[in-house]
Amino acid sequence: MATKSFSIDEVKENFQEINIEEDERKGYSGLIVETDKLVDFANILKNKMGFDYLSSVTGVDYLPDNMMEVVYHAYKSTGGKPMEFKVQVPREKPVVPSLVSVYPGAGFQEREAWDLLGIKFDGHPNLKRILMWEGFAGHPLRKDWHEAYYEEDAKPYKSRWPNGRDVHLAEDRNPYKKNVVYPKDFDPDKWNPEGEDALYLGMKSLQKDDDLKTEQIIVNLGPQHPSTHGVFRMVVNLEGETVKKLEPVMGYLHRNHEKIGERNTYLMNIPYTDRLDYLSSMSNNFGYVLAVEKLMGEKAKPTERAEYIRVIMAEFTRISNHLFAIGTFLNDLGAYFTPMLYALEERELIMDIFEATAGSRIMCNYFRFGGVARDLPPGVYEKMRDLVFDRLPRKIDELDKYLTNNELVRVRSEGIGVLTPEEAIAFSAAGPVLRASGVPYDVRRAEPYGIYNRFDFKVVARNHGDVYDRYLVRLEEIRQSILIIQQALDQMPDGPIINGKPQYQVRVPAGEAYGRVEGPKGELGFYIVSNGKPNPWRYHVRAPSFINLTALSKMCEGDKVADTIIILGSIDIVLGETDR
Amino acid sequence: MYGKGIVKGLGITLKRLIETYIDDIKWGKKRYNTDEGIAHRMSKDARGIFTVQYPEEKIPVPEEFRFIPFLIYEVDENGEKIERCTSCGICAKVCPSQCIWIERTKDPKTGRPVPVPAEFYIDIDMCLNCGLCAEYCPFDAIKMDHDYELASYERTIYNKEKLLKPVSYYASIRPRNYEREEKARAKAAAIKNARKKQNIR
Ligand code: SF4
Ligand code: SF4
Repeated sequence: MATKSFSIDEVKENFQEINIEEDERKGYSGLIVETDKLVDFANILKNKMGFDYLSSVTGVDYLPDNMMEVVYHAYKSTGGKPMEFKVQVPREKPVVPSLVSVYPGAGFQEREAWDLLGIKFDGHPNLKRILMWEGFAGHPLRKDWHEAYYEEDAKPYKSRWPNGRDVHLAEDRNPYKKNVVYPKDFDPDKWNPEGEDALYLGMKSLQKDDDLKTEQIIVNLGPQHPSTHGVFRMVVNLEGETVKKLEPVMGYLHRNHEKIGERNTYLMNIPYTDRLDYLSSMSNNFGYVLAVEKLMGEKAKPTERAEYIRVIMAEFTRISNHLFAIGTFLNDLGAYFTPMLYALEERELIMDIFEATAGSRIMCNYFRFGGVARDLPPGVYEKMRDLVFDRLPRKIDELDKYLTNNELVRVRSEGIGVLTPEEAIAFSAAGPVLRASGVPYDVRRAEPYGIYNRFDFKVVARNHGDVYDRYLVRLEEIRQSILIIQQALDQMPDGPIINGKPQYQVRVPAGEAYGRVEGPKGELGFYIVSNGKPNPWRYHVRAPSFINLTALSKMCEGDKVADTIIILGSIDIVLGETDR
Repeated sequence: MYGKGIVKGLGITLKRLIETYIDDIKWGKKRYNTDEGIAHRMSKDARGIFTVQYPEEKIPVPEEFRFIPFLIYEVDENGEKIERCTSCGICAKVCPSQCIWIERTKDPKTGRPVPVPAEFYIDIDMCLNCGLCAEYCPFDAIKMDHDYELASYERTIYNKEKLLKPVSYYASIRPRNYEREEKARAKAAAIKNARKKQNIR
């Protein structure tokens, strides 16, 4: 239940020619726009009304209404509430105009909606599957699509209790080779990877602009390449050593997190969000519970103490993530493992705190609707104080001294992978990537959630938009996070850590909600549609690791092939979140 | 001067190297293979080598640490095992990966359910180690274990026999939780008894 951020009449004034209506379904908000006029609408929205940042694009399959809906969330890059708008199309013929010409940041997200939901985006320059492969049958997020190990539409499954004697393994029920369905007329043996050819050919056809004969070659970086931080592929067209064109290929780690999420109950999803960006599970928890709490309303309002614990945990996560990012980035630069391990030492100490509180170092599963899972055990508060008042500031200064003015670091990273502020906004870049390009946009400030408006901290931004600035932004953000934790520890009250009795079956009223937090990697959003049942009807993750890659080609073009590695490193992706 | 940054950086690595030796000399043999030494290496004052030499040395796990679930039984005066689980099925319902399988016992004569599980399976390979089962069990019957050395070549499915552990074991790995829960259980039992008495009267 998003709060209304506009009055309909005011908005309508801007769109004389275009039919728009308010979404009047219960629990919904935003505008429903005439499909044919969507591009005009977006143009006015962006250029006249200043909603220049398209945060999220996703589709929802309303099977009972025989309708597909595409949902957009746009923001002003100066901060404030979202403008949410939708288009609705019939399920048999889901065609929607593409918004890539207005918001280039929609590029990957529209491809994802095509891939997973089968919504066609008319006018998209490169509408092909992005997470699944060409030999995949169907569009998995459609409600009538069933996975190979399909058992029931929603958990809990009836076979587990009270007659859970016949323990069956999914792989026995549907053994290897029988668990794959191919599209009609598709023979994997005869299949010629057309997509790949097209990919390569598309790269070859680039015009050369001088007479000097330099050979163009196409190189696959990845998917098995240590510097890609996971299974991730970059297809680059090189002229000499210069990158002419680059295209990221992903999906190797895809597991359809969102489909799993729609089978799960609301509570079950919390541990699953841990596995998105597995370096910052606390932040993922935060974004998800925030979205669900928006739907649940007052009865899930977190207690005071829980709010403080949440902020502390989220900021510790940011510190540990940025330490990791800086460490791996230095590895990419060739500073083999020394800075990485120095950074990891501090991360270990933070994870000790997570382990003592949440029970696990990485898969924390700590947030609950209306609070957190348990209070800080004895000794943890003191440990936190030791870290943020003593050790971390010391160690960050040391890291700073050790790296920031190192000539090799500077030569390698200054002026590399540049993204201008306009480009960064247009490509929907988020987090340190956006801020290093001179756009001081931080969800904690732009649209404060939790209790972030109580703390004094700076939104770190820098102006060059290069790899070096992204490193500096992260370093400075660690310092700001330390400041926030210091304040939070001083102010934290005693009291209950959860609102009401912990419940395993929460009642979530019908409606939709978009909850977003400033995750360490950027804006992490969760779009949830509830139909009042115990399982979400739609569960979508706006993954910063995924969307930040939209700008990767732009950043790499014109740089050397060796630099693509550090540019990718400077975006700081985690494939668990990219591929979902 | 060009190269100053590099020299300064090298100075820091050198300092770290020297610190390792200083710390080693200061702590002597105590630094390794003792609880005290490990605690020092995990503290804010840790300097020098950070690494713990697993498996010779092991980091002590905190009380809240969770790995896989186990079932609790109590022992009565006659030495009989009494399982706490009532086969209510809540853990199977909250389990996100649906890896808990429970068969409820039925009274052979009446066919009515008896509050004891006839069988209880957990597919350990599918378990997310999330701890939700332990968190929401209303009878404190399923708890998260500390033992993390479970690597095996086979598919691991535990049955009830394998899952059952005595309450004393639970008290030893989670003393604080145990104490708190025992208090709550005693209180609940007292209330129940009082009610019973009232009803009799
Ligand atoms: S372990 Fe607990 S929650 Fe699970 S069936 Fe037994 S009593 Fe119920
Ligand atoms: S720890 Fe989580 S995944 Fe494992 S059995 Fe318990 S509820 Fe299921």
